[in-house]
Amino acid sequence: MTRIVLSREDISRAIRRISHEILERNKGAENLLLLGIPTRGVTLAQRLQRDISEIEGRPVEMGSIDITLHRDDLRLRPPRPLSPTQIPVSGVEGRDVVLVDDVFFSGRTIRAALDALGEIGRPATVQLAVLVDRGHRELPIRADYVGKNIPTARSESVRVRLMPFEEIDEVVIEG
Amino acid sequence: MKIPRHLLSVDDLTRDSAIAILDTAAQLSQLSEGKMKKLPTLRGRAVVNLFYEDSTRTRISFETAAKRLSADVINFNAKGSSVSKGESLKDTALTLQAMGADAVIIRHPSSGAPQRLADSGWIKGPVINAGDGTRQHPTQALLDAFTMRNRFGELGGGLDGLRLAIVGDILHSRVARSNIFLASMLGAKVTLIAPPTLLPVEIGEWPVEVSYRIDERIEEFDVVMPLRIQRERMNQGFFPTEREFSRHFGLNIDRVAKMKPEAVILHPGPMNRGVEIDASSADSARSLIVDQVANGVFVRMAVLYLLMAGSHELPENALDQERA
Repeated sequence: MTRIVLSREDISRAIRRISHEILERNKGAENLLLLGIPTRGVTLAQRLQRDISEIEGRPVEMGSIDITLHRDDLRLRPPRPLSPTQIPVSGVEGRDVVLVDDVFFSGRTIRAALDALGEIGRPATVQLAVLVDRGHRELPIRADYVGKNIPTARSESVRVRLMPFEEIDEVVIEG
Repeated sequence: MKIPRHLLSVDDLTRDSAIAILDTAAQLSQLSEGKMKKLPTLRGRAVVNLFYEDSTRTRISFETAAKRLSADVINFNAKGSSVSKGESLKDTALTLQAMGADAVIIRHPSSGAPQRLADSGWIKGPVINAGDGTRQHPTQALLDAFTMRNRFGELGGGLDGLRLAIVGDILHSRVARSNIFLASMLGAKVTLIAPPTLLPVEIGEWPVEVSYRIDERIEEFDVVMPLRIQRERMNQGFFPTEREFSRHFGLNIDRVAKMKPEAVILHPGPMNRGVEIDASSADSARSLIVDQVANGVFVRMAVLYLLMAGSHELPENALDQERA
């Protein structure tokens, strides 16, 4: 059984609202650095970048941070390919970094992202923006900006579909 | 992405898995530029460098690669062992296994020794061939392919259409054997240039063209790779003198001047300056010899990561079923 929990319009409104929240909390975009977690987190970071730049009338920096080499479950899975890590030349030192991911679940991805980030430098603050928080945390980590809280059963799966990876923008629950 | 359990020969690779290794190396090289030099990925795992033959760059390169992934490295220099080869390899392997080696990187003067180690079951973890006799040196071929792709290709791609010339002592070269088959698999067209005495009899079955004269063809190639004359493996006269070899087959400033404007020089090292390559060619702007050494670390990190970090017991579609 599949049900749609966020439509294209819902996603675009959520990103717009999160953009405003990020700007409000950080008092502007000056010191911001958006870092998407591949693959869909990068797409979401690009959309946040677009909205924030539009609202502020000035560009905001973004990059990507691959967490594969910092995962704690590597040995439980087949070998996996790496995704790009692209940090702007201005670096992370002293910045207000917003990590961006699609689905917030166990918290282990974010734990790995914090470790990866710590290898690169020391940001002033690290915040977390996610499109969907589906609960079932296994670590003491929370999100600062949430598109939608969606209570789920562990057996269900949440699929985020975003262009250009899919033909449509939507979030569905399966199972 | 189907990664082999061991890396003994380039024959263990498919075009897809070779490209996966090159792509992984590319991401690792980018991480290093982004100041992420040390990665926790293999923390608590032990990698053994088991070297029965002299090596500078390969051993140090593997050691650096393993350490950047936080693995513990045990250097086992077995050169000089007087026990018969089969026996000593087995005893050494059993000892290493008992000491908890999670992967073994082996260099051995006998062709096939890494295969024996992998097939025997003495070692439970992956076996990586760092050069066996005159047979194979797969990570060298991968780092050469990586260096060529960096210059002429792109992420996710092969070496399609590239023209590669390998010059000199093909007969004794495991680097040549590995490069010929990997570069061909990735779409390059390989030409061997050497005197007939330094070409093996089996070249008729290889995916190569052969030429006995360097001057006729040098302007055709994108990459020219001179090889060292392996005196230590020679027990007879394969050519009159080094000077004569150098005059007929050595890369020098005149020959380099005739190469295509964008063409480059690779050399697997160690170089004998003045024999297969002169100093001005080795130090010229076309030379990517220093890049090869740097790239070697990223390629070996990629191999260690792909062979050691994941589980090879699971079905390949296990990743597709994963949730964030």
